[in-house]
Amino acid sequence: MGMRKVAVVGAGMTKFMRRAQETGRELAFQAAKMALDSCEMTLDDIDAVALGSAPDAFDGLHMKGEYLSDGAGAWNKPYMRSYVGGGTGVFAAIQGWYHVASGLFDTCLVVCEEKMSSCKPHPQGAFLTIFDHTTERPLKPNLVWIFALEMNRYMTVHGLEKKDIARVAVKNKKNALDHPCAQLGADITVEDVLNSEVLAWPVQRLDISPTSDGAAAMVLAAEHVAKRITDKPVWIKGVGWSLDSAYWTNRDLYYPKYVESAARMAYDMAGIKEPRKEIHIAEPYDPFDYKELHHMEGLLLCKKGEAPRLTADGVTARDGDLPVCPSGGLLGVGNPIAASGVMKLNEIFWQLRGEAGKRQVPGQPRTGLAQSWGDLMQVGCVVVLGI
Amino acid sequence: MSVNIKDFPGTPLSQDDLSAGKVLTTYWRPKLEYGWDAGVAISRYLEELKNGRIIGVRCSQCRRVVVPPRVVCEWCWEPIDEWVYLEDTGTVNTFSVCYIRWDASRAKEPQIPAVIEIDGASKAGFLHLLDEVDPDDVKIGMRVQAVWKPAAERVGSITDIRYFKPI
Repeated sequence: MGMRKVAVVGAGMTKFMRRAQETGRELAFQAAKMALDSCEMTLDDIDAVALGSAPDAFDGLHMKGEYLSDGAGAWNKPYMRSYVGGGTGVFAAIQGWYHVASGLFDTCLVVCEEKMSSCKPHPQGAFLTIFDHTTERPLKPNLVWIFALEMNRYMTVHGLEKKDIARVAVKNKKNALDHPCAQLGADITVEDVLNSEVLAWPVQRLDISPTSDGAAAMVLAAEHVAKRITDKPVWIKGVGWSLDSAYWTNRDLYYPKYVESAARMAYDMAGIKEPRKEIHIAEPYDPFDYKELHHMEGLLLCKKGEAPRLTADGVTARDGDLPVCPSGGLLGVGNPIAASGVMKLNEIFWQLRGEAGKRQVPGQPRTGLAQSWGDLMQVGCVVVLGI
Repeated sequence: MSVNIKDFPGTPLSQDDLSAGKVLTTYWRPKLEYGWDAGVAISRYLEELKNGRIIGVRCSQCRRVVVPPRVVCEWCWEPIDEWVYLEDTGTVNTFSVCYIRWDASRAKEPQIPAVIEIDGASKAGFLHLLDEVDPDDVKIGMRVQAVWKPAAERVGSITDIRYFKPI
């Protein structure tokens, strides 16, 4: 298709926090500066900036792209903010990828930021507007409903119990203990999850990721530039994104077909025929514990309904055959919506370079993926990275 | 993290920082009001709810019958103009038992939101609530029927159906 090879050459992020002293633009600056510093580049070396940030309603300000532009290093450069709900982080990286793959730019800085703590009393209020204003909102829904409805459907179709799913929360929060930016790393048990407060059955307190403030950034470069910057480029081998019907009550929620479509697009581009064998490490989107399982199935990393068993068998543990969310995921590191997608890509970047420190998975992984999910439970975004 | 990075930026605030007044915060409480027009398809839907009936549409291409109605089939991208009356009974596709309100505070009474596949539609349904049932007794696959408000109280809203109950 005449596309150029694109590498990730730098990565940065802030701590993920319940509430940060810094403003959103200050967080964006910290992450972007770290990403550039990590590959000894300056803003002068950057041709374009791709920004991702979730609803303006969190921050109570209009045109968040413009607001964050100074911290993101966007002034006097081609700049665009993208937004596909929870899918934004990985999508912003895809946007950065096509800026460079197209030949339009040699370098692109990808910056994602979220400051959810500004929304009072709880950012759930900002989420209420995702429901249809005429046919759903008069029923006074809250956001957790849709996850609970999807989780119950997934559990019932496959005959799963809560404990089959709780293991994901246990694993990810434990993994996060080794992540220096983590908000909710913890050593908990399946019993702790099952005994935690019931929010909207089957969703309980410890099934769910926190609300967070934080930012994450990455630097992308075309092949000829990347080879001058680093001797350890991590290549973007494939990208994919896809959308399902927004009439979410007309779909069977037990399986995310749109994630499969996005994954197939990315695998085709990357030349991956057998994802279960060729993907060595994965960071699927895990705002809830069941979502990691749901997404592993959509990503074709296992058969439908098989992900809970792989988790119980330790296959997805950091030292397992297919480490899943070795970062600690959104459940452990935190979930500043857009920034969390880039956190996942950064984790794969560090893992493939062998720089993940205490979180490093064994076996020198060569190919990994990050995936995010968003809008009204119908957007899937996938990026495959490889060395 | 990257072993090459020693310190990650960001200054987490604790509850003590807030209580001690160490953080300067500006508050704003907006007052925003909207009036949403129902549009072509949903206006007919609401009018029929006022009549005590559920109506859907059939796509002439894929023959799917869907509810809520729409003017275009999102799969065939063909205009839809065939209206189909549906039953006011259906099957629970999935449900939750919700103990929190929108701001994450505890609700006094649990609510049972559900997606209900409406009889006459092609495994398609809509979001509503279940009642007259113990939360422990609700099952996916359970048969339910709409409980309507009295005709005089119906205004042309999804809440003209109070809730669905088991049959």
